Amino acid sequence: MFGIYLKRELGRRKKAALVIALGLALGIALVITVNSVSAGMTQAQDKVLKSLYGLGTDMTVTKARTAPTSGSSGGPNFKFDAKSSSSSTQSSDRVQTQGGQALKSSLVTKVADQTGVESAVGALSLNVTKVDGSFTQGKAKSSTSGSSSTSGGGQGQPGGGTATGQPQVQGGGANFNVNSYSVAGVDVAHQGLGPLSTMKITTGKTFTSAQTSAKVAVVSKSYAKEKKYKVGSTFKISSTKFTVIGIATPDSSESDTDVFVPLKVAQTLGDAKNQVTTIYVKATDSKQISAVKKEITANISGTTVTTSADLASTVSGSLSTASSLATSVGKWLSIAVLVAAFLVAALLTSSAVSRRVREFGTLKALGWPSRNVTRQVVGESMVNGLIGGALGIALGLGAAYAVTAISPKLTAQVGSTGGGAGGGPGGGGPGQQASQNTLEIALSAPVSLTTIALAVGLAVTGGLIAGAMGGWRASRMRPADALRSVS
Amino acid sequence: MYRLTGVTKRYTRGKETVEALRGVDLTIEDGDQLVIQGPTGGGKSTLLQMIGGLDRPTEGSVELDGVDLARISETKLTRLRAEKIGIIFQSFNLIPTLTAQENVETALVPLGIKPAERRERAAEALRSVGLGERLTHAPSELSGGQQQRVAIARALVKKPKVLLADEPTGNLDEGTRDDIMALLEGLWHEYGLTFIMVTHDSSIARRAPRLATIKAGEIALTEQGGGQRYAQQAAAGHGQQQAAAYGGPQGQQPYVQQQYGGGQGY
Repeated sequence: MFGIYLKRELGRRKKAALVIALGLALGIALVITVNSVSAGMTQAQDKVLKSLYGLGTDMTVTKARTAPTSGSSGGPNFKFDAKSSSSSTQSSDRVQTQGGQALKSSLVTKVADQTGVESAVGALSLNVTKVDGSFTQGKAKSSTSGSSSTSGGGQGQPGGGTATGQPQVQGGGANFNVNSYSVAGVDVAHQGLGPLSTMKITTGKTFTSAQTSAKVAVVSKSYAKEKKYKVGSTFKISSTKFTVIGIATPDSSESDTDVFVPLKVAQTLGDAKNQVTTIYVKATDSKQISAVKKEITANISGTTVTTSADLASTVSGSLSTASSLATSVGKWLSIAVLVAAFLVAALLTSSAVSRRVREFGTLKALGWPSRNVTRQVVGESMVNGLIGGALGIALGLGAAYAVTAISPKLTAQVGSTGGGAGGGPGGGGPGQQASQNTLEIALSAPVSLTTIALAVGLAVTGGLIAGAMGGWRASRMRPADALRSVS
Repeated sequence: MYRLTGVTKRYTRGKETVEALRGVDLTIEDGDQLVIQGPTGGGKSTLLQMIGGLDRPTEGSVELDGVDLARISETKLTRLRAEKIGIIFQSFNLIPTLTAQENVETALVPLGIKPAERRERAAEALRSVGLGERLTHAPSELSGGQQQRVAIARALVKKPKVLLADEPTGNLDEGTRDDIMALLEGLWHEYGLTFIMVTHDSSIARRAPRLATIKAGEIALTEQGGGQRYAQQAAAGHGQQQAAAYGGPQGQQPYVQQQYGGGQGY
C-alpha cells in the first residue's frame, strides 16, 4: 500500500512535487557548480605553482634580499667604442645573475643534509640583456665652437646633439635595440628537480649527465619561435656559441625561462663561479614542509625559504580574484540557496500536509498508526528530495561541463612584488621582469565523486528535513480531524 | 455493548471553555440501531467521536465490551478502531488519489493483511455494495452515491462490530439518500452490526428504533419502535411530507424491504 499510495500521490500532485524538487535541485546544482569551479581554481593554482617549481619541488631556497650597495652590481652597464668612423654597428651582451643575489654552490649540499630534505638541486638564473645597434658620430659645424658629443644612453634614441651653445654638433645619434631574455643554468645530473622539470622536451633531446661543460642549450618553444631557432641552430651569448639540442614546452601556458644551459656553463657566463641563485628542495614528507622550512632557515643563515604555500599567497590577478570569489562568495551563496531550498521544501511539504488534514485524519480513524501516516509523508518527501537531487546533479553537471567547455581564461601574476633589488638605478627592467610572472590558465570545473556524493547526501537531507516537518504535522493530527467539514 | 457513563467533553477555545457534552449516560446493546439527532453544535459529532474512539472524554467512561476507551493507550485505541469500528463520513473521505479498490484496502492495512487477500476482500466488499464494475475508478470518476458506497465498503470490509455514520446522506440528493439508507439498513441486518448514526434528517430519525436527541451537550432518549412508530405517525396525519419524500405510501415500509431487501441487486 505504501508504494501504491506514494506513487499515486506523487503522480497526482506533480506540480507541487516538481516545485519542491526544483527548489532542491537549484540548491544542489549550485553546490555542485561552486564545488567544481572551486576545485578547478585549486587545480589552476596548482598548475601555476607547478609551472614555477616543477613537479616534486616542495620549496626553494634563495638568498635573503639585501639592499644593493651603491656601485656594486648596479644597473646594466654597456660599453661601446666611440669609433671615429661615421657609422658602425655594435652589439653588447650584459649577463647578470637574476636579482644579482647568489648563493654559494656548497650550500646545495648543506641544504641537502638537513633533516627532512630528500634532495636539493641548485640552479642559476641569469638575465641577458643584449643591446645592439648603430652609432653615428655627430659632425661639428664650423660656425660653432667646441664639441660636446653625447653618446646615447642605455636605451632609445637620445636624438641629435644638444644645442647648448657654440659650436654645434649636428647629425649625431644612436639607434639601439634592447633585447632581454632569461637563461637558466641546470644541474644536468639532476634534471628531475629544478627549472627544467616544469618543461617537456617536444623536439630534440635534453642534456645528458655528461654535458656539464658542453655549449649546448635547450630553448623554450615560445623563444624558439620568436628567434626561429630549430634543433641544431646556433646562437651566441656574450660571444660564447651555443647549439640548440632541444625545444621544450612548458607544462603551463608560459614559462619564465627562455634558454636552459648546463649549470657550469651558466656560471661561467654569468661570472658566478660556484654560485647558484636558487636551490630546489624536495622534502621526504610533503606534510613536513613547514618543519623543513624552519630547519633550513635556522641552520643556514642569509637565506629565504619559499614554500608553495608562500608562493600561493603571492598569486594575484583574475585567478586569485576568482578563486577567492569561489571560496567565499560562492560558498556562502550556495549555502544560502540550499538553506532557502530546504526551507521552501519543508514549508511546502508542511502546507501540503495541512491541506490533507482530513485525508490523514481519515486514515487514523481507520486505525492507521501514526507511524504509518508519518512514513507516508516522509516517503513522499524523500522521493521529492531524490528527484530534486537527480535534477540538481544533472543541472550541476551541465553547468560544470559548460564551464569546462567555455574554459574562461584566468590570468595569474606570480612572484614577489618589489623584487627589483637587481634593477639598479638605470635599468630596473630585468630583475623585476623575471620575478613577476604572468600566466594564463584556462579554468575547468572537474566534478568529483565526492561532490556527487555530497549532492546526494544533500538531497536526502533536504527530503528528510521536509519530510520530518510534514511528518511531524501529520503525526499530530487527530483521528477526529476526519470529521472536519473542510474539504 | 456500549456503556457510556457521565461522559463530559470540554474544549478550550482561547480563553473560553466550551462544554460539548455534559454527563452523558447511554447504553447501546449489540446489534442495536441508534440515531443521534440534534441542532448544529449540540454535541452530536462529539458524542460520535467518543463512541468511535476518535477522541477521549474529559470526564467519564466509554466502555465497549468492558474496555474503557477513555483509559486505554493510544496504540490499543488505534488497534481497536482498526478491528472493531467502521466509520462512514458525510463527505465520504475517500483518498482522492487511490482507486475505489485501493480506498477499500486502506481499512485492511492496519490489520496486517497480505496484499493479495486485501485486494480480494476489497473487490468482494465493492461487489456487495453494487460497485463490482468500478474497482479501478478514482473517486473523481464516481457519483456522490457511488463514492459513499465505496466508503461503506471500506467501513465494512474489515467486518467490524460497530458501524458509525456521521451524516451519511448529508451530501446526497433524495433518491440517492434512499438508496444509501436502504443499503445501510440491509447491511445492518445482514451483519448484525451495532449501527450508530448521526443525522440532521428528521425523516431518517423518525425511522430509527431508538432516537437520541442531543441539545446543549445533554442527551434525551426516545424509544420509537422503528418503522412501526413511523407508520403510526403517518396514520395520525403527521409527517405526510416526509413520507412523500421517501416515496409516498411505500415510505411506511422499512428501507430494507423497500429498496435493499426488495432485491434490486445490492
